[in-house]
Amino acid sequence: MTKQITDFSLSGKQAYGRSVLLRLRSEQPLPDIAPGQFVQVRVDGSPSTYLRRPISIHDVDFQQNEITLLVQQVGEGTRHLAAVNVGDLINIVFPLGNGFTLPEKGENVLLVGGGIGIAPLYYFAKVLNEKGIRLALLLGGKSKSDLIRLTDYQQLGEAFVTTEDGSLGEKGFVTMHSVWQKQSFDKIYVCGPKPMMKAVAKMAVEKDVWCEVSLENLMACGLGACLCCVEDTVDGHVCVCKEGPVFNTRRLKW
Amino acid sequence: MVNMTIDLGRGLVLRNPVMTASGTFGYGEEYTDFVDLSQLGGIIVKGTTLHPREGNPYPRMAETASGMLNCVGLQNKGVQYFIDTIYPRIKDFDTNVLLNLSGSTLEDYVKGAEMVDALDKIPAIELNVSCPNVKQGGMAFGVTCAGISQVVSEVRKVYHKHLMVKLSPNVTNIAEIALAAEAAGADSVSLINTLMGMAIDAERRKPKLSVITGGLSGACVKPVALRMVWQVAKAVKIPVVGLGGISNATDAVEFMLAGASAIEIGTANFIDPSVSEKVAFGITDYCERYGFQKVTELIGALEC
Repeated sequence: MTKQITDFSLSGKQAYGRSVLLRLRSEQPLPDIAPGQFVQVRVDGSPSTYLRRPISIHDVDFQQNEITLLVQQVGEGTRHLAAVNVGDLINIVFPLGNGFTLPEKGENVLLVGGGIGIAPLYYFAKVLNEKGIRLALLLGGKSKSDLIRLTDYQQLGEAFVTTEDGSLGEKGFVTMHSVWQKQSFDKIYVCGPKPMMKAVAKMAVEKDVWCEVSLENLMACGLGACLCCVEDTVDGHVCVCKEGPVFNTRRLKW
Repeated sequence: MVNMTIDLGRGLVLRNPVMTASGTFGYGEEYTDFVDLSQLGGIIVKGTTLHPREGNPYPRMAETASGMLNCVGLQNKGVQYFIDTIYPRIKDFDTNVLLNLSGSTLEDYVKGAEMVDALDKIPAIELNVSCPNVKQGGMAFGVTCAGISQVVSEVRKVYHKHLMVKLSPNVTNIAEIALAAEAAGADSVSLINTLMGMAIDAERRKPKLSVITGGLSGACVKPVALRMVWQVAKAVKIPVVGLGGISNATDAVEFMLAGASAIEIGTANFIDPSVSEKVAFGITDYCERYGFQKVTELIGALEC
């Protein structure tokens, strides 16, 4: 897959609490984009933001040449990024990294998302739907406001929900949801905070279930050149940007 | 047509003054979607040591105002792996491929240099005596005249091609260090490596880097680098290769005016993966704009 640097223009924007959905249109046809891949966004006009920001791809519309990013405002960089206006140009390096391994038809698939980690699962679920692969979603947040676009996710598969404060779905963490007792899965895909991914990965090992996680280590280049974003694996330190961000949990020294 | 050729001596001839800095450009392969390597004077591949190194634990990077700190710690698979696996893939790139060689002991430097000397398509070593992120060796050799003199003269005995020595800015008088490298047989010096720094997370009351300190790079270090290049270029007779915060062609021209014969682009590759090629074109534009026939006319042309 050829990587490219492209100026997208912001074609749509919607706020969800402290997160914002950015629809970005390219004048060129998009290259192939696998679910789980990410982009590196240049943040203009923020003196304290020197490096690009790695953001997962939330959705792709090949007809409109559009990609959608779901950006949570966590620092100066993402705050500036969230402040862009429709028509503004946004410089993006993409598509980066390796996506999720596609499951086989007939397998029981569970996508687990925590907080803003639900973002890449939307495009993934959409692609699985297009391929006729059924899936379930287990989405968790601190509170119901973290469960962005829940009704849209529910269109793509049976969705189970947990919130830490009990404001929606079952109260607690995703690992505590009753679905784990009622159903078994062949493949589990996880994206969320590292402690949550580790907890799900641990359950997967105990149940001897295949599991992939999507990591979001701090990055500089996004291309496998600077060696800053490494994760400790059975093969030593490897770059999350180049060999990930998706890893089979058996490869990780968790 | 501006003549962009730079001859750094002992067989190292660059098609233009632009190279990419070690540790910021992988092995070149990571950037071929963005840059036509044949438009560059050279690429300097990731710092390599005789024995494999896992580097420092994560986190290894902290963003700073107009720059970044890193403490990668020379993660690499060793000289033999480079020779067996990487070299065959990159040796036919249509540009100069230089190897950045580092070590923990004098013996490691010498043995590594001997092995690299046998590689036909590597016209030069950039000897790294200035990495701030390793416990032994690395910068320790590069911060005293005696240390640099010893490592350069020993490597010189076994290495017969162009020997570039990369200098640390973490010294009191960089011109003295450069003179010591020159006297010990360096064909050129490149500077600056990263400046030692640190970053703290006040909310957690913890350092942001796993090994607490790291090397600062990016646009913020440019004035320091420019000053040091100017000081060194006045002191030595061998060519000086300037780097430190170069982000565009104007920055590159400034380094040449200060006395650099060639330049390296480092951290800027992370922000714009195609920047190196743009800088090469931009230097040509600058020469045309001011009527310079040869890019070498820029070297040390500062009027003061």
